[in-house]
Amino acid sequence: MSPPRKSRVKNGRVARPASLALSDVRLLRGMIDNILRLAKAAGAEAAEVHVDEVLDDLSRFANNAIHQNVSEHGFTVTIRTVAEGRTARVTTNRLDENSLRSAVHSALSLAASQPADPQLLALPGKQKYRKVERFAKSTATITPADRAQAIRRACDLAVKKGQVAAGIFATGQLQTAMGNSRGLFAAYRETHAEFSITMLEGPAASWAKANAANVRNFDTQALARQASEKSHLAVNAKELAPGRYTVILEPAAALDLVGFLFYDFAATALADKRSCLNDRLGKQIFGPSISILDDAYHPLQLGAPYDGEGMPRQRVLLVDRGVPQNLVYSRRAAKAAKKNPTGHGFMLPNEYGEAPMNLVFSGGNDSLEKMIATTERGLLVTRVWYIREVDPYEKIMTGMTRDGLFLVEQGRVTSAVRNFRFNQSLLEALKNVEMLGPAVRASGEEAFEMVVPAMKISDFHFSEATKF
Amino acid sequence: MWDLATHCLDVAGWRGATYADVRLMHMRQRDLTTKNGKIGTLAQTESIGLGVRVLASEAWGFASTDRLTREGVAACAAKAVSIAKASALAKRRDVVMVDEIAFIDSWQSPFQKDPFEIPLESQLALLLAADAEMRRVKGVTLTETDMQFRKIDSWFASSIGSRIHQRKVISGCGIVATAFQGEEIQKRSYPNSFGGQHALGGYELVESLELLKHAPIIAEEVVALHSAAQCPQKSGTLILGGSQLGLQIHESVGHPIELDRVLGEEANFAGTSFLTLEKLNHLRYGSDIVNVVADARIAHGPGLGSFAYDDEGVPAQCTDVIRDGQFRGYLSNRETAHLIGLARSSGTMRTESWNRLPIIRMTNVSLLPGSWDFDALIADTDDGILMETNRSWSIDDRRYQFQFSTEVAWEIRGGKKVRMLKNPSYGGITTEFWNSCDAICSAEHWTLWGTPNCGKGQPMQTMGTGHGASPSRFRNVQIGAAFSEQ
Repeated sequence: MSPPRKSRVKNGRVARPASLALSDVRLLRGMIDNILRLAKAAGAEAAEVHVDEVLDDLSRFANNAIHQNVSEHGFTVTIRTVAEGRTARVTTNRLDENSLRSAVHSALSLAASQPADPQLLALPGKQKYRKVERFAKSTATITPADRAQAIRRACDLAVKKGQVAAGIFATGQLQTAMGNSRGLFAAYRETHAEFSITMLEGPAASWAKANAANVRNFDTQALARQASEKSHLAVNAKELAPGRYTVILEPAAALDLVGFLFYDFAATALADKRSCLNDRLGKQIFGPSISILDDAYHPLQLGAPYDGEGMPRQRVLLVDRGVPQNLVYSRRAAKAAKKNPTGHGFMLPNEYGEAPMNLVFSGGNDSLEKMIATTERGLLVTRVWYIREVDPYEKIMTGMTRDGLFLVEQGRVTSAVRNFRFNQSLLEALKNVEMLGPAVRASGEEAFEMVVPAMKISDFHFSEATKF
Repeated sequence: MWDLATHCLDVAGWRGATYADVRLMHMRQRDLTTKNGKIGTLAQTESIGLGVRVLASEAWGFASTDRLTREGVAACAAKAVSIAKASALAKRRDVVMVDEIAFIDSWQSPFQKDPFEIPLESQLALLLAADAEMRRVKGVTLTETDMQFRKIDSWFASSIGSRIHQRKVISGCGIVATAFQGEEIQKRSYPNSFGGQHALGGYELVESLELLKHAPIIAEEVVALHSAAQCPQKSGTLILGGSQLGLQIHESVGHPIELDRVLGEEANFAGTSFLTLEKLNHLRYGSDIVNVVADARIAHGPGLGSFAYDDEGVPAQCTDVIRDGQFRGYLSNRETAHLIGLARSSGTMRTESWNRLPIIRMTNVSLLPGSWDFDALIADTDDGILMETNRSWSIDDRRYQFQFSTEVAWEIRGGKKVRMLKNPSYGGITTEFWNSCDAICSAEHWTLWGTPNCGKGQPMQTMGTGHGASPSRFRNVQIGAAFSEQ
């Protein structure tokens, strides 16, 4: 990481940095203070300001070469004003004084256009936050040439193996800060790195992916080798009849399925009667090995330790040994339910309330190898794809397997299998869990990253096969 | 704006770019929602910035910035060139594009009423009134409404001399009633699910939809769904309503014809395509009555895929995709057109924003109307199921095997709609499905539907696409598999 530039806030005007390192947080604080002053001068009783700064780079490769290579740097300011029981939000990236003043007036004008809301809460005051360290210098200083060289090596492996590689290598930095007119101030910065690779061998394909704050926490070439080896194993896939199978879901496959459960734990979703947990709280609906925590402080998690209103995120035990026990609450949902806010609210105003964004599933001690060794007949699933909710209450999900589906017979992988479509209730699947691996930071394409284990599940329902 | 764009191009050239194009974009958006009679979201967003794509060392680089000063855009251009040079470290071939000529033009999408000039109070009043109409129906447990308006100005400049300004005004709105009862959640939406109808146009779109008239209808239907019979599992005749058919076109025609997918450029994320190059002009995609075009021209209609020029400076075109059932054409850009030997790009490079690289996207991929009257089509169907309004959609990563479910269905017996069915779904293999089409309704029943939420690319970009469709009939379709219990 380059040394942080000194803050340059003069008379409330912002001088933005010319180099591509995140700004000093004092610059963001100065921006917030300035906008709060503008809001007060414009007649807002109260105001809340968010400033986000992103610095993202992504190198994309296909056909064994980089074909897209992009870089982005930008600021965004979001202003929420409150006056006479009315609130509205305006977002802009125009940071000159006149534009910010105009944004404040727009927020007030938007807010004034609606009926007063007697349930609108006053802004929260100062809060205390637990410190999290999610900024890695090694990620912040990586260059396009570094990414290109790693990609070149992965592509050279593909060429050597007679395969074709495609994927991304992305690195980035994010800084966000918020403050309000009651003195609340919160700030957070992180780095993020991601490597994803698909190796194609004729019609066969396989895939590997990792995501972390620190780029050194994964090995791009090991991921390339893993995808390459599995792609070779996926050649000559045979067609099986659809039906119910025991499945061994690798962590990415498990994540992209269970990731669809997160909004069901929002108190607002239950109040709106659109959660699968309506009438099911306190009941044994999952297997006893399933416990789920929302924990923003888990070492494998990323994200700010506060929510869209600046409330500190709490650790919440959502499911205890198969029984959904607790929900997450925004301030408004908490007041309605006579509970304490848990620090999971979205930026206001919004109609969705809140959601747990840092899910951590309890893991087990069973390795993937042990799951395979103990399976008489089943399917090993690398990845699932295009998952959509078919039935919101029974939580029936449909989707496809992708990039490596393998038949397991008598304790070992015996062949590759053509991809299946599944139509499977998540509630039933989590009731049928037989074994769990250690929980890891999993990365898929359908759900945001969570900490989940590999899962062995019985009677998983595949309804149709595709042509490859 | 042109000064900054030109300066950016100049700096890119001085730094070693052999080609560069710049998109300077100013985007404004208003989002209004209500839930259960109260305001949900009330927000406005504005974003302005510049993105530059360069070819240096025969490889691509792209950078973007919101620092709209000469210094800021110069730094952005320099960064794009340095990125391109890094790309060259991992290239297998030189980038070559088909020729294109320079255009100097200005274009604005047609609209009658600027939605940003309509008083917010009246927009919110309409949403709250529609919300109230739905809540009047006993058994409805959740009501939601939304409006979204966008105004996008883009200034495109390229090193071959193009200078194109385009302004688009986009409007959309929809309403949803949900009912939870027993162990089931049912939902009905109007005029379409997942945000309603969206089109290139002004507030006249909202007014034309008659939300207050339709609010009680969908509210009654969602309650009725709880006592409706379950959609059977069988192989049979399926009639799709226009909006559902629009999504069917999107997923099983629109995506597989994207040439970047066909050539493997999306293999890691969005997937590839079953439409490999040898199938062009040889594959029987559908039955003889199936004709599909990708038409970005405003003459096709005010769709989310309508424009005058794409984000590579290529004029809007109409491409035959399926003619009389035969597969005829891909969506291409200047680079992929060269790779497969086409003389010109089909003009489908589009970007979500100034900070995103243009990629091949659908324009308006539409099924051309047939000759059937809708009532005659129902009367001609002895035993079938009519499905309307999408509830879920899923298709494999090569776009063969799909499954859709809809909010509601109607059983057809002896040429009449006889009863409502709940939890409808159908699935199949793309080419088998389109070859089973035996009736398409006429232009009178044809609507250019807007899909505002198509995701593609990394970083992810969301794009609006258009899909013209009229209700159509398909034979021997697998129905009801989503709820099968085998």
